[in-house]
Amino acid sequence: MARSHPLGLAAKPPRGHSPGKPREEKRRQALKNPPSSVVRPKFQLNISRLVRIKERHTDRATLQMRRRFTPGPDCAGEPLVRFAAVTKRFAGVPAVDRLSLDIHQGEFFALLGPSGCGKTTLLRILAGFEAPDEGRVLLAGEDLAAVPPHRRPVNMMFQSYALFPHLTVAGNIAFGLRQDHLPKQEIAARVEEMIALVKLEGLGPRKPDQLSGGQRQRVALARSLAKRPKVLLLDEPMAALDKKLREETQFELMDLQARLGTAFVIVTHDQGEAMTVAHRIAVMDRGEIVQVATPAEIYEQPKSRWVAAFIGDVNLIEGGVVATDAAGAMVEDGGGRRYRVADAGSATVGARVAIALRPEKLRVAPVAAASATAGGENTVRGRVWDIGYLGDVSLYRVRLADGTEMKASLANVTRLVERPIGWDDEVVLTWAPSAAVLLTR
Amino acid sequence: MLAPYVWLVAFFLVPFLIVLKISLSQTAIAQPPYLPVLDIAAGWQGLADFVSGLSLANYATLLGDDLYLFSYLRSLTVASVATVILVLVGFPIAYAMARAPRRLRPLLVMLIVLPFWTSFLIRVYAWINILQREGLLNQALSALGLIDQPVTWLATDTAVYIGLVYSYLPFMILPLYASLEKLDSTLLEAAADLGCPRWKVFWVVTVPLALPGLGAGALLCFIPIAGEFVIPDLLGGSDTVMIGQTLWTEFFANKDWPVASAVAIVLVTLLVGPIAIYQHIQSRQIEGR
Repeated sequence: MARSHPLGLAAKPPRGHSPGKPREEKRRQALKNPPSSVVRPKFQLNISRLVRIKERHTDRATLQMRRRFTPGPDCAGEPLVRFAAVTKRFAGVPAVDRLSLDIHQGEFFALLGPSGCGKTTLLRILAGFEAPDEGRVLLAGEDLAAVPPHRRPVNMMFQSYALFPHLTVAGNIAFGLRQDHLPKQEIAARVEEMIALVKLEGLGPRKPDQLSGGQRQRVALARSLAKRPKVLLLDEPMAALDKKLREETQFELMDLQARLGTAFVIVTHDQGEAMTVAHRIAVMDRGEIVQVATPAEIYEQPKSRWVAAFIGDVNLIEGGVVATDAAGAMVEDGGGRRYRVADAGSATVGARVAIALRPEKLRVAPVAAASATAGGENTVRGRVWDIGYLGDVSLYRVRLADGTEMKASLANVTRLVERPIGWDDEVVLTWAPSAAVLLTR
Repeated sequence: MLAPYVWLVAFFLVPFLIVLKISLSQTAIAQPPYLPVLDIAAGWQGLADFVSGLSLANYATLLGDDLYLFSYLRSLTVASVATVILVLVGFPIAYAMARAPRRLRPLLVMLIVLPFWTSFLIRVYAWINILQREGLLNQALSALGLIDQPVTWLATDTAVYIGLVYSYLPFMILPLYASLEKLDSTLLEAAADLGCPRWKVFWVVTVPLALPGLGAGALLCFIPIAGEFVIPDLLGGSDTVMIGQTLWTEFFANKDWPVASAVAIVLVTLLVGPIAIYQHIQSRQIEGR
């Protein structure tokens, strides 16, 4: 069932038969021979194939499976974008402080952090709208200091979309191509491609004020991809969308990125969004990078209390390490209770540490039912003083005897009326030693 | 809903019809100085006399005499040139105002509007003072060593243009400023991001988006300047006769109300085109928001 391609390249086996391998091989090959700035034949192949494929549902499932088993882009090779000790100050206050970061070819990279952490400033430095006060920015090895924004092979999708109101949709998409003085037929063909890519067929002659918010976003996306940039920058692209549309758009962006192979850098303050779409996330705080890792690593192995608390919910138990052995570390908290943590990491005896425990890793049981395990390792007793019902999970806030509070979440496997735990119930919380992480920072 | 129409009928249509009627009458040494006059007391016969007394003789006079044709042409030319100068002077000012820090903008707008707080006539007289042979301009130029003989500024075309541009600059700046202020600066960044160098961004993004304001400002200046009287009269010479001065002469010097009215009616007719275009731009702007 192999198809022959009009450009004469060897047909690839259909998807589903050998998940991941041929595509990954091709990407590794591409990394060994980094693409030059004019990559037309290869990209033409990707995009025209992209436009022809109709069965999206199958692709998404395959894509998800592939993501689970493949390690993502090759992070051992030369980085596509490198920030080297970049500093940017506004009125004396550093928005970005001696920041170093590598972003790789074909990666979907997220810059995540609270407001004011400098993630948008970093993005704008890469786009060329801000010049760093210190440090260098390298794109494919080339220092971008002397390159003004209109000459960088980098395009940006703005948060407010920034569509030109005096141009039609087609005019907006063609804008960048016209600046390159491409021949008319090529511009028209590329605009058609882009419109099909973002599924806005028939809306070419419309003006931006005649489109809905979601449609405008697609036009902004098409416009920023029209020039086939090396890196696409997305500045909080889904901030203005409602939840359902946001989820759909996230999957479409992931699809697009995987097929095009372009590096995407997204700035967001929504952790769920970053965890969904990104291969790697850089968590930033006050101009510095706190941790760069895959979503799973950031969630399961946060490097500091701040990261643990920033991503999702977490219970932090402060204490000191009293013993370390092959089975892990024993930590004693202020109240004298002892807990075992399977992976001691770099902690030594006597170190002040915090045990980070995610709410979903706790087992909650009413006291009566858990009497057999009460008093075993990693157990605490408390009273449920609040329950948050989120539909699919319930979040229990349990107050312990010494006044501290812990959060536990359980999936609502039964209907609400049959929930086993209610307000003011005495409960026992237990967790496995491997469920917690020891934090030294 | 009826009120605007009542207003327009009372304060525009009725006076217009009166002027139209006078333009169709003949001069007479009488009070009022034209015939026929409508005598309601004479009943239907009076009305019939009235209508039969009207004629288009005054319009024939206008078309036949070169003086009027030259005046019209002169007015339209001066108005066009003045409008162009106003665009060239007003655009940079409006642009600078729109790009100024946000907290300074109300102050700048107030500075532009401030001259309106003084009498228009006084300001034109002030220009006479400045442009005289021993006026401030000549004094400044001699002090700078640029001239050794005082230059005659008054009673020249230059003086008229200076006066027109000075007086009508706020009318050009304010609509233009309104248009430019609405311009989203991220659009300029987007254009740069897509490969447009800075100078080109101005022509490809800023100017097209400022066109409604530019059109409004240009027409808001062109239409009144065409009928302007005070400035050409006080600052201009006898070779700078615009239609406003001709009208004044007919009305006050010649006491020829009918011909003066005909001049006015023809002027309004000439300006119908630009007025219609102005209305079109305004309605497009309103529905576009």
